[in-house]
Amino acid sequence: MAATIAGFGALTLLVCLAAPLVGTTSIHLARVFDRTIPFTDNVDAQVFFVARLPRVLAAILVGSSLAVAGVVFQAFLRNPLASPDTLGLSTGATLGAVIVITFHIDTAVFGISAVPIASFLGAAIALGIVWAMSVARRHGTSTTVLLLAGVALSAFFGALNRLVQVLGDFTDTFRSIRWMMGSLDVGSYTDVAVSFVPITAALVAVATLPRVLDLVSLGTAAAESRGVDVRRAERLALVSASVLTGSAVSLGGPIPFVGIIVPHIVRLIVGADHRVVLPAAALFGGTFLVLCDLLARTAFGAAGMPVGAVTALLGGPFFLWLLFRRFR
Amino acid sequence: MTIVEANDVSFAYERDGARVLDRVSVRVPRGGIVGLLGPNGSGKTTLLRLMSGTLTPASGGIVLDGRSITAMPRREIARRIAVVPQETHSAFDFTALEIVMMGRYPHLGAFELEGAADLAIAREALAATGTSRLEARRFATLSGGEKQRVVIASALAQASEVLLLDEPTASLDLGFQLDITALLTRLNAERGVTMVVSTHDLNLAAALCGSLVMLRAGHVIAAGDTRSVLTNRNVRALYGVDAEVVDHPRARHLTVVPLARAE
Repeated sequence: MAATIAGFGALTLLVCLAAPLVGTTSIHLARVFDRTIPFTDNVDAQVFFVARLPRVLAAILVGSSLAVAGVVFQAFLRNPLASPDTLGLSTGATLGAVIVITFHIDTAVFGISAVPIASFLGAAIALGIVWAMSVARRHGTSTTVLLLAGVALSAFFGALNRLVQVLGDFTDTFRSIRWMMGSLDVGSYTDVAVSFVPITAALVAVATLPRVLDLVSLGTAAAESRGVDVRRAERLALVSASVLTGSAVSLGGPIPFVGIIVPHIVRLIVGADHRVVLPAAALFGGTFLVLCDLLARTAFGAAGMPVGAVTALLGGPFFLWLLFRRFR
Repeated sequence: MTIVEANDVSFAYERDGARVLDRVSVRVPRGGIVGLLGPNGSGKTTLLRLMSGTLTPASGGIVLDGRSITAMPRREIARRIAVVPQETHSAFDFTALEIVMMGRYPHLGAFELEGAADLAIAREALAATGTSRLEARRFATLSGGEKQRVVIASALAQASEVLLLDEPTASLDLGFQLDITALLTRLNAERGVTMVVSTHDLNLAAALCGSLVMLRAGHVIAAGDTRSVLTNRNVRALYGVDAEVVDHPRARHLTVVPLARAE
């Protein structure tokens, strides 16, 4: 168990160190850390620390958050198709961001600009609706109903989103569309640091839950009869997963499929035990997104490609394969 | 001596809705096996869920060793009462051993992981239910009888004094029904585990249970020693079925032969 997690950890570390070295401008690790050259003259160090490292860190945070949120949603809804995307949280976040972009709302709170705040709120509202459904579930609503509610919510928020975009001009629409494609081009360490706090807090909360996630995947009654306070655990888990989703989307946009494919890949490799699944998903989610982003900024010329398009290109077919494998 | 008792409990799933249980009282003696009999919808499963504390009665109370169960933390209840549901499905591919290890949950602290002692207890529970060789198998790939024995092992790993079983043989073939009956009899004799078993199988109840409680439409219509309760008359009152209850010389317990729906 410890060896598996250490393996994932080593992979993450390796990818994180290697990723900033790769790009359209080639740089050398030795020169990056060469202290004899002043930073202002050291182009390699500048590319490494200013242009690429924040982006890699953002990818790690976003990928880990989405993957862990996916693991938590899948366990609590007892459904392998649950994820931040399928529950409507990502679409909620998108709606928030598009409203702010279109109506040029630029009020900043504590130096955090309006787009991340609005997308966070959008995810929170979507969760509120799913939450209300999940409380009603105690009287017999199935998790299938919750997933269908997520689908309906996604469609509804999507429609509102298009409605808002119609009201905007050409530039607004372009900005909205770029945002919706997802991008980890964060520009500074501040954005990363701002997301780091809630994400870390939520990950610590989820770290108390691996046994509970095992048990709730057998059903509420089974978990309760083994001593789990399901209501309390559910509150902690769903709030944490939503904070993770909201923070991730506000940092990188609605990057699709990470929250659903990473948990499945990890479960295929390590099995079902959440003591291993959770840390492995956090590590592999980050690694996966760093690699996708590497592909996004190198494989399609200097202009690059939105990372959301890369994850969707990989994730779409994988998702279909998963459905086929499960339901044939 | 009584270990669990239901005192005058009533329950409805919806406020102002029909009462599923109406002033039901049941006493479970320490070390005994009590059978819950009754037609579909008579309230057997609800009574078991009240006894395990996963439902709270609208009135009346469940008392465990002299203490009201509603005042006890869920973790503490789980250390003393384990539940074997009719069927168990997992959303993920757990191994049999992982399922059994889940029984250790109420004995662990918030950040504590299972240690060697917990693993030993889980392995011993697998051995006691004859499922050691299934340890590494994926739970979903096991047969119905194997699954049920693994779930019973998980309940044993919980190391509680009381086991509540909801129709433990309902989906099993004849061979597995006998296996489970023998397993439960042995666990009761060797470990003194107290059991409450709901079932539709009158012959299983006759073979396994020292006493019976007959529930019809949320009321207890008969309760007591198996030999005094399992009669032609009570079977007719309970199910509306004419049956002959005979003492089978080779089975050495009562057997029930259903004849026809009563007029």
